[in-house]
Amino acid sequence: MTVETPVDEAPRILYAPPELLADRSTTYCPGCGHGVVHRLVAEVLGELGLGPRTIAVAPVGCSVFAYDFLELDFVEAPHGRAPAVATGIRRVMPDAFVLTYQGDGDLAAIGTGEIVHAAARGEAITAVFVNNGIYGMTGGQMAPTTLVGQKTTSCPNGRDPALAGAPIPMTEMLAVLPGVAYAARGSVADASAIGRTKQYLKKACQVQLDRAGFAIVEVLSNCPVGWGMTPVESIAHLRDDVAPVYPPGVIVDRTAAARGG
Amino acid sequence: MTAVAERPADAPLARRTRVLRKGNEAIAEAAIRAGCDAYFGYPITPQAELLEWMARRMPQEGRAFVQAESELGAINMGLGAAACGKRVLVSSSSPGMSLMAEAMSYMAGSEVPIVVVNVMRGGPGLGSIGPGQGDYWQATRGHGHGDYRVPVLAPSSIGEAMDLVATSFEIAEKYRTPVILLADGILGQAMEPVEETYRTPPRQDADWALSGADGRPPRVVKSLHLKPEALEQHNRHLRAKEAAIRDAEVRWAGERLEDADLAIVAYGTAARVARTAIARARDSGMRAGLFRPISLWPFPDDALRTLARQVRGFLVLEMSAGQMLDDVRLALEGARPVAFHGRTGGMVPTPGEVVAALHRLETRTGGPAR
Repeated sequence: MTVETPVDEAPRILYAPPELLADRSTTYCPGCGHGVVHRLVAEVLGELGLGPRTIAVAPVGCSVFAYDFLELDFVEAPHGRAPAVATGIRRVMPDAFVLTYQGDGDLAAIGTGEIVHAAARGEAITAVFVNNGIYGMTGGQMAPTTLVGQKTTSCPNGRDPALAGAPIPMTEMLAVLPGVAYAARGSVADASAIGRTKQYLKKACQVQLDRAGFAIVEVLSNCPVGWGMTPVESIAHLRDDVAPVYPPGVIVDRTAAARGG
Repeated sequence: MTAVAERPADAPLARRTRVLRKGNEAIAEAAIRAGCDAYFGYPITPQAELLEWMARRMPQEGRAFVQAESELGAINMGLGAAACGKRVLVSSSSPGMSLMAEAMSYMAGSEVPIVVVNVMRGGPGLGSIGPGQGDYWQATRGHGHGDYRVPVLAPSSIGEAMDLVATSFEIAEKYRTPVILLADGILGQAMEPVEETYRTPPRQDADWALSGADGRPPRVVKSLHLKPEALEQHNRHLRAKEAAIRDAEVRWAGERLEDADLAIVAYGTAARVARTAIARARDSGMRAGLFRPISLWPFPDDALRTLARQVRGFLVLEMSAGQMLDDVRLALEGARPVAFHGRTGGMVPTPGEVVAALHRLETRTGGPAR
């Protein structure tokens, strides 16, 4: 089939990568969800015009490399401390947009103290919490969010709740704190989930701009290498096995209550 | 040398530039007057008054104050604010400093300027709330993991502590490094008359600091260098910086050394005890003097080696089991005998103990030289 381009019509841009996403090859593993989440962050910040004002905090874990892919000012936090680092930025940079990007080992294990207290103080920061239920960078060990029965390199027979407890629903736990203005959980399982996740992220950014309080968006993501699956299998697992344990949706929205709605 | 200025006898009392102030509070106010933009802390004895002073004063000045959830929280808030080029103070005492070791290493690696006050108490572990000097190794060997050092300044009076707060900010910003102000429970808790004179160091141009990538390429403040060649290159850069600090930032004070043939080496509160002991020893005819390191890193090696040509022996006096002792021995390279006297656990050596130690050193080095 040949397509004739009318000579009198100027070329139109139908697709362009977001300006805040660096033009370089990914270093994440094949099929990893971080690329999707990075892109959503770049799109949302770009659409809100926040790139030039943003100071972002990178975690320890796979997504420490966020600063290689997002064209933003970044500071690297020690493992789990991103919400404290973000608090320090928030308190001295009133006009900055402050974003943290953390994985589940970072936020739900070693950094539980920092995230709980930043949320409790109602810091005007936006936390992006990428939950893939495993420690990817160190070779696939059990995370606090690992599913019951899921095999990892540090629970080779599957997570046993009698020994390792049950998966921690961090976002629901944080949502009970009055300082949390907005908490939602999205997913990278399919296009419609990704679309909803983008709306959650946009809302979580707007919450900060409105100084309504702390905002967090958990994003259920996949780790094909750590899970021992192909990318396609990992997406099916994310949709069929992970999402039922961590139901996506808006978990709390206190901005609605503030408006009386 | 003393940083507490004496008021001339004929100065009118109405000027009232001298105030009686607790060490922790004096350090806090000196930081505010030095232009401190943000303070982060967590309650711990014997430095809690520093946090309390900041809680009251920083909001008055329209500046940032946060009582953090832990020392981990406090030092990482400091990291975030300092990465934006702001002048930041964080304070704690020994057990809390251990929790801060992680971020100290990150800040040294990512070259974040910050001033951290450690009002040392007795250790190890929860130890005691009495004064101590047991964190000398921790402070002068970089404090956290990895291969680096940070400048450490040790005041021996409250007035000197106030002055060294401003100096600490100057050094931190000039070299883009954390600086530790190492005090102890007595310096933190005692009250002394101090001159209310303050210094506000000029701001450095922080062309690395984070502010949002507006009209310029993004900046990243980080310590991760995964490629071994890149990390070694970065470490060479840190070594070069440390060499520059060694060249320019050595500080020490000598007292009654002109005719001394025995010298006490002591810092902080121990140096105050040494001063009294030296006066008593001199009353009995002994020619003793005080060598007081003010910068514990960089340690005043050269000055101590020069002094070794004059004196027969050294007595290291510490409120620890002997930590600065290592640096004195390294500096002297066996040139002179080195004796040690220390108390631990919150105990402070008495001048009588120190005079007795001086007498033992005198005997060991050939008897009275008079």
